[in-house]
Amino acid sequence: MEHINWELVDWSRAQFALTALYHWIFVPLTLGLSFMLAIMETIYVKTGDEKWLKIEKFWLKLFGINFAIGVATGIILEFEFGTNWSNYSWFVGDIFGAPLAIEGIMAFFMESTFVAIMFFGWNKVSKKTHLLATWLTAIGSNLSALWILVANGWMQNPVGMKFNPDTMRNEMADFWAVLFNPVAVNKFLHTITSAYTFAALFVIAVSAYLLLKGKDKSLAKYSMLIASVFGFVGIVATILTGDGSAKQVARYQPMKLAAMEGLKKGSRGAPLIAIGKPKHLKNEPTHKEVLKDLKGEDQLDVTVEGFEIPYGLSILAFNDPHAFVPGVDDLVFGNEKEGIPSYKERIKSGKISIEALAKYKEAKKAGDEEAAQKYLKIFREHFEDFGFGYFDGHDLNELIPPVAITFTSFHTMVILGLWFLVFFALVFRSLMRGTIEKKKWLLRLGVLGLPLGFIVQEAGWITAEAGRMPWVIQDLMPTFVAVSHLKSVSVMITFFLFFITFTALLIAELKIMSTEIKKGFSN
Amino acid sequence: MFEALSYENLQIYWWIIISLLGGFLVFLLFVQGGQTLMDKLSDNEDEKAVVLNITGHKWEFTFTTLVVFGGAFFASFPLFYSTSFGGAYWVWYIILFAFIVQAVSYEYRKKKNNFLGSKTFEAFLKFNGFIAPFLLGVAVSTFFTGSPFSIHKENIVKLSSNVEAVISQWATPWHGLEALWTTEHLAFLQNILLGLAVLVLARLNALLYIRKMTDEASILAKVKKCIPRHSILFLVLFLAWFIRLLFIDGFAIHPDTHEVFMQAHKYFNNLIEMPVTLLILLAGLAGVLYGLYKANFKADEKAIWYTAVGTILTVIALFFMAGFNHTPYYPSTYDLQSSISIANSSSSRFTLITMSYVSLMVPFVLAYIIWAWRAMDAKKIDRKELEQEFEKY
Ligand code: HDD
Ligand code: HEM
Ligand code: HEM
Repeated sequence: MEHINWELVDWSRAQFALTALYHWIFVPLTLGLSFMLAIMETIYVKTGDEKWLKIEKFWLKLFGINFAIGVATGIILEFEFGTNWSNYSWFVGDIFGAPLAIEGIMAFFMESTFVAIMFFGWNKVSKKTHLLATWLTAIGSNLSALWILVANGWMQNPVGMKFNPDTMRNEMADFWAVLFNPVAVNKFLHTITSAYTFAALFVIAVSAYLLLKGKDKSLAKYSMLIASVFGFVGIVATILTGDGSAKQVARYQPMKLAAMEGLKKGSRGAPLIAIGKPKHLKNEPTHKEVLKDLKGEDQLDVTVEGFEIPYGLSILAFNDPHAFVPGVDDLVFGNEKEGIPSYKERIKSGKISIEALAKYKEAKKAGDEEAAQKYLKIFREHFEDFGFGYFDGHDLNELIPPVAITFTSFHTMVILGLWFLVFFALVFRSLMRGTIEKKKWLLRLGVLGLPLGFIVQEAGWITAEAGRMPWVIQDLMPTFVAVSHLKSVSVMITFFLFFITFTALLIAELKIMSTEIKKGFSN
Repeated sequence: MFEALSYENLQIYWWIIISLLGGFLVFLLFVQGGQTLMDKLSDNEDEKAVVLNITGHKWEFTFTTLVVFGGAFFASFPLFYSTSFGGAYWVWYIILFAFIVQAVSYEYRKKKNNFLGSKTFEAFLKFNGFIAPFLLGVAVSTFFTGSPFSIHKENIVKLSSNVEAVISQWATPWHGLEALWTTEHLAFLQNILLGLAVLVLARLNALLYIRKMTDEASILAKVKKCIPRHSILFLVLFLAWFIRLLFIDGFAIHPDTHEVFMQAHKYFNNLIEMPVTLLILLAGLAGVLYGLYKANFKADEKAIWYTAVGTILTVIALFFMAGFNHTPYYPSTYDLQSSISIANSSSSRFTLITMSYVSLMVPFVLAYIIWAWRAMDAKKIDRKELEQEFEKY
């Protein structure tokens, strides 16, 4: 693999990670707050109580500030598959392009049309129409989440397609399989509910801040009430669907699960590490140099120490305390007893597949139909391992995701998720008892909820995306095959361009937002 | 029902949709045109706010149309998406960058404590206004003048040789920017002409739209002064580009061997051989000309609708000229046989059928956009009106 330009691959990955993580700072708020606005406006229209209009307009202002930058960061992602992952775009564009296009036609137009009415339509359309526009904006934004997550779910678990040897690419064979991909469905549910949770954290944080300042107390408390209910329902659903996500990972991406749990050696009745610290974890940059010639399995340096819950992982992953959960070693070196092939075997098999495809092409060109069919058969038999064939097998660490990152981000998410459950309940109870204003500590925790919310959101995506390394498409296409033919310095330039621009815009957003928040509801 | 269509007809159907989106995109660039005129049309901050609110209420449409244009191209012709975006890297990224900074600028320009200052956000709007239409025009012109790339699908299975697995490669280190200075066949001239024509058209449409949308006397006076000059300039630039297009050698695909070769007057031939396209083109040009006549000599507020329809039809006809009648729409000057055509770049039949069902939503989407547009444009925008708004840019 001497001809692989690792620098290019790494800069391209860094750029994708940067732009996606930035986009994700703003999107959860759009997804969740749009629904809360719709609820507030519905209450206003139903009761005719001007207080709710005032409340809604305050949050609408903040929504608008966030929305603009969400849109700004999104456009890059839409085109980045082509600009930076052009081989990917060809290899699976037949399947992957569809959800992206549907997202545009079905969701983005809806969102952008009705969001304009939400902001500028107050004096131009009737109350009812305005309410409808608010609901349609919320539905539109959530539909956009659906389709992009169908796309992402497909990368984690490619289904509903067939490789066409004549066009040399994967083609869609079953649209419904792509849409109802269990990974995609779960991902969608977990992500939108997590976004509702996040939006609730935001509303509570801002309201708590106003209460601490003694400003607009009554309206802040009403907002908080809506948010604590919305958030509580949200977090319960988030945890349930998160558990569902973990089960999907166990099933379709066992290596990701092993990385999430830092599980070196698998076992039946595997324990769950509740709180732990990655110790001798193989870390990213070194894994390219070390372990060139792999001999013994001890050279894979993956350990996590911490407080263990017996049988926990087996239950979490498979609902069965005695189920076998493979560890990194089992997957890399194989485990005959459990019927897991080693990566070396899979690499060999993948090479057979790729070479058979090349031979098929030659035979076709030469007009030898019989040979072509023979090679096609071999190709299909080994297709499962196709992506492995691109590795040379000298350094198996290339096939292992960054365990420390995956482990840490996953555990951050789970621990904070459990905390939010308690938190929303506390806030709701204090609101009901009318004691919230006196509980300064709870209000401060409320303000803290916002940064924690950001952390948890980003951590979730890092778990999902870093955990599937080195695959862009699970087992089918590694990152270095997906990348565009560019000079790494070009990508480096765009990386910094976006880094600087997005950071400047983020600062602008935060300043504008906090200025608006300080004005309070009365403005 | 789409199952009944042949693969070829599905490809044609999708090229029509792409052309339609392209047409709408070019018309909607009036938002960008308006941004370039913000200083020219205003004497003070209040007037500038009026101008920017007129285009600002519509910026999302242009933006979203661009996004959907990209997404639809990806779904229907992935080889183009892959080759052009990955290859003409710099052109596309500059365009995208111009849209990133636009998206926040309307919203943040007038907000207190906005970190970068309103002047910066205005500069962003101008950057977007000038660069996006110009480079989009240049990019479309390369549909006729070609780009330097090659495609080898077999690379994906080359494991041992020294080739990367990447199937499409760009032949210059400028990744698309070379369209501005390639001297062969005066390609740069052709590309720049269309870029400028699109830019001036964007400004022209903006002038006509602003004229319809406000009563502010001092803005209107300036708009009226600008219209004749922009009309003439647009016609000169566009006709220079278009007439030259009819005479240059074009890229053609041999119907039997599928080989790509250069043919004299290819694009002229396309017009003659495709009467429907010719009709659309003539209707489009007539629309634009009639709109300009109405605007210049009849002081008609509705002139914008004639130029709008005219713009959309003209762009559609140009896309048809580029893609139909055995013509590769994204030709390669570096390796003729790598040229991208509707036939060799499309998605599978299955995907096209699936996407065709999705396309049934388009009329519905258009309907609610038109409804919302009319509801929002029922009132003119002026200083007084802005005072009462919940949100203003
Ligand atoms: C408020 C945010 C939030 C909270 C509290 C949680 N999550 Fe989460 N999680 C996300 C926000 C999120 C996310 C950002 O939405 C992710 C990133 C990718 C995705 O599908 O959703 C995610 C991904 C994600 C994945 C990876 C899915 C994949 O790789 O495809 C798993 C296994 C979990 N989550 C599991 C959980 C569990 C067991 C939780 C229990 C408390 C939990 N999450 C709380
Ligand atoms: C908006 C939420 C998302 C976030 C925060 C996110 C985060 C990340 C991160 C951190 C990486 C880098 C992983 C690494 O290199 O170690 C990455 C890579 C990538 N992600 Fe995502 N991701 C998001 C959504 C998506 C979606 C929806 C898709 C597809 C539709 C996607 C496709 C990719 C691709 C193509 C790469 C680059 C190749 C690679 O390094 O795997 N991402 N993402
Ligand atoms: C990596 C893949 C992604 C791509 C290509 C992408 C693309 C885009 C684009 C182009 C926009 C601007 C739309 C407009 O014109 O109005 C946008 C905005 C948006 N995206 Fe993404 N996005 C990605 C990831 C995600 C994810 C994972 C979600 C949700 C789960 C999401 C949800 C949204 C929402 C709700 C908006 C609306 C406005 C806002 O961002 O505040 N996106 N996205």
